[in-house]
Amino acid sequence: MNHHLWTLIAQTIHRSSSDRILGGFHQLSRLCGQTGQTGQTIFQGIYNTMTDKMVKKADLTQLLSRLLEDYRVFAPVRRGDITNFQQISTADEPYFSCTNTILSPKSLMLPQSECMFDFTLEKGSDMAGIMREIDKDYSPRVIFGIRPCDAKSFQLLDLNFDTSSYRDPWWVRRRHHTTLVGLGCNVPCSTCFCTSVGGSPFAEDGLDLLLTDVGDEFALQSITEKGEQLLRKTGIETESSAATAKAVLACKESALGLMGSSVPTNNLEKHDVTALFNADFWDKVQFACINCGICTYVCPTCWCFDIQDEVRKNNGVRLRNWDSCMSPLFTLHGSGHNPRNEKLQRVRQRFMHKLKYFVDKYERGVACVGCGRCVEQCPVNIDIREVFRLMNQFKS
Amino acid sequence: MQSYRTKIFEIALRLLVEKQVDGVLGFRRGSIPMMSQPILISSPDEADQLHWDSFCSSNLATYLPRRKGRVAVFAKGCDSRNIVLQILENQIKREQLYIIGVPCQGMVDRRKVLAALDGREPAGVSEGNGMIRLSGGNFKEDLSRDEYLQENCAICTHRNPVIYDELVAETTNEQREVDRYVDIHALEAMSDDDRWQHFEKILTPCIRCYACRNACPMCYCPTCFVDESTPQWLGKSIDPTDTRTFHFLRAFHLAGRCTDCGNCERACPMGIKVRQLTKKLEKDIKQLYAYEAGLSLDEPPPLDTYRPDDPQEFIR
Repeated sequence: MNHHLWTLIAQTIHRSSSDRILGGFHQLSRLCGQTGQTGQTIFQGIYNTMTDKMVKKADLTQLLSRLLEDYRVFAPVRRGDITNFQQISTADEPYFSCTNTILSPKSLMLPQSECMFDFTLEKGSDMAGIMREIDKDYSPRVIFGIRPCDAKSFQLLDLNFDTSSYRDPWWVRRRHHTTLVGLGCNVPCSTCFCTSVGGSPFAEDGLDLLLTDVGDEFALQSITEKGEQLLRKTGIETESSAATAKAVLACKESALGLMGSSVPTNNLEKHDVTALFNADFWDKVQFACINCGICTYVCPTCWCFDIQDEVRKNNGVRLRNWDSCMSPLFTLHGSGHNPRNEKLQRVRQRFMHKLKYFVDKYERGVACVGCGRCVEQCPVNIDIREVFRLMNQFKS
Repeated sequence: MQSYRTKIFEIALRLLVEKQVDGVLGFRRGSIPMMSQPILISSPDEADQLHWDSFCSSNLATYLPRRKGRVAVFAKGCDSRNIVLQILENQIKREQLYIIGVPCQGMVDRRKVLAALDGREPAGVSEGNGMIRLSGGNFKEDLSRDEYLQENCAICTHRNPVIYDELVAETTNEQREVDRYVDIHALEAMSDDDRWQHFEKILTPCIRCYACRNACPMCYCPTCFVDESTPQWLGKSIDPTDTRTFHFLRAFHLAGRCTDCGNCERACPMGIKVRQLTKKLEKDIKQLYAYEAGLSLDEPPPLDTYRPDDPQEFIR
């Protein structure tokens, strides 16, 4: 794409106050890379087709019922006091009143435990010793009601699972066949700090469609072609009214004012990594930690996994399971040596990875989307916001 | 609570100034409402960080095994019982400890309060006259403290520390009329199939984060059986068989050693009733051996000992 075209696009975006264009812009750059089409045609295509719709809250179940005909639908579901993302089979199951689910929807892309291959060791079998990929359901699905921070986490995980050197086939396929319908956060939690780490309560990064709760109705704003497609399938025709558009803007503004907390990040990349590694404050940070895996398991951006074979008699499966750097076993060598044998080393690793190594390696900010789950769930109140402050203000 | 806080500050300051201990293990106010953080302070300047309220529920004994040096520790009834057990099991020496007993009125269950607020987030929390006063953006709510206690605290019969060098306040009245085993009676009345279903149901949400184990002051094994890799006893997935094995084995390992401090349930992010397993075994041990864990330095847990007259009807 030539320089002139970029300038044109930039000007168009500048003139428009709509965030939607920015969403289209991201997609544009991606499409250009893939198809070699000129940016202008694609850009105009996106611009012309994206329309905002609205749906009365009372009609939401109808919308979900329609989606259930074409998609596998995952949404927050409440069981007792616990709300988490689950596949729904009827439209009345979802529970949208919760702000953040206990677990992030990470497991829908990177399951806690996943069989990758099966194998047989049967002597004489043609398949003996050969890993056979296990079939999985890759029919279209939608994650309905995902929060913008969680959608952003998928983009951060793309940096690990979908790169020019490595393309994790399961991650990539799941990403491809999933449409993300976001629900903006009118009232962020007191532990939320997305705006400090490159997000916002109504950010569109990673989403295909964004819902805004404007009282009696939801405004639906499609962000990508995938989102547009989904919107068409719902059959919703009601265009967003001027009043709704105004209410959406009001929600966005008011949410920013209600942000629970903030963290400083400006110095993180400047720090010398070894000096930060050797900082005195880690001793205080780590004291209360009981080295459980809650923070890593509830975290949308913790992507570490472990591979295990489980064999019964002559048949087995190769599994991939979430792992946690909080566990001593995470780094235990076959020799018996453990380079992170002490709790301090493990606690430091988690924060250094998120707030320093990742920052330096990818130059895309921190590996944290500010969802506040670890703050909320840590049984001994180890608060990542405090660690942000300590690391950011560190003086060697 | 204010009187507790003043006393706690005075005691810690005195011990550190007089260099009677290397550090004081207590709580500081949490960074979010209804939360506290265990801290170890080693200088008199830090004494003002020490805090006490109805949310200092973590069991501080969890931080004691294999600790070096001499440390002062604030101990509620349950913490003190776990300290007794740790001394009996050679995890720490009595002379390493200066135990500051804190007579306890029961700790408040943060999650229960949050559930009652149904999505409204409290910004301010205060206590007084048996009430928890909560306020947030556009609400004020007073809740009766007794109705929001942790389940283990509501049925606790040892609120006073059983071992101490000093108390922060007069001992409190013990609850004598509570039935500790209402849920266990129900469990015992179930048919085998129903009980199996019940266990399966309560354990299904488990994500194997091991917070229950790591929060437990009695789970101090250098390497837990689930983390053994040569050989590996247990699968690492969330296969129900592995999950059940972990929970059942852990519960059995705690038979006669669990003080029902509730640290496991409090830590669990998925709301699993872990205590139903440990409490059934607590009841069995009480019936079989007339033993309650951690009440005296002269009585080791029955399964740690052998006596010729131990009951043995179960051997067939």
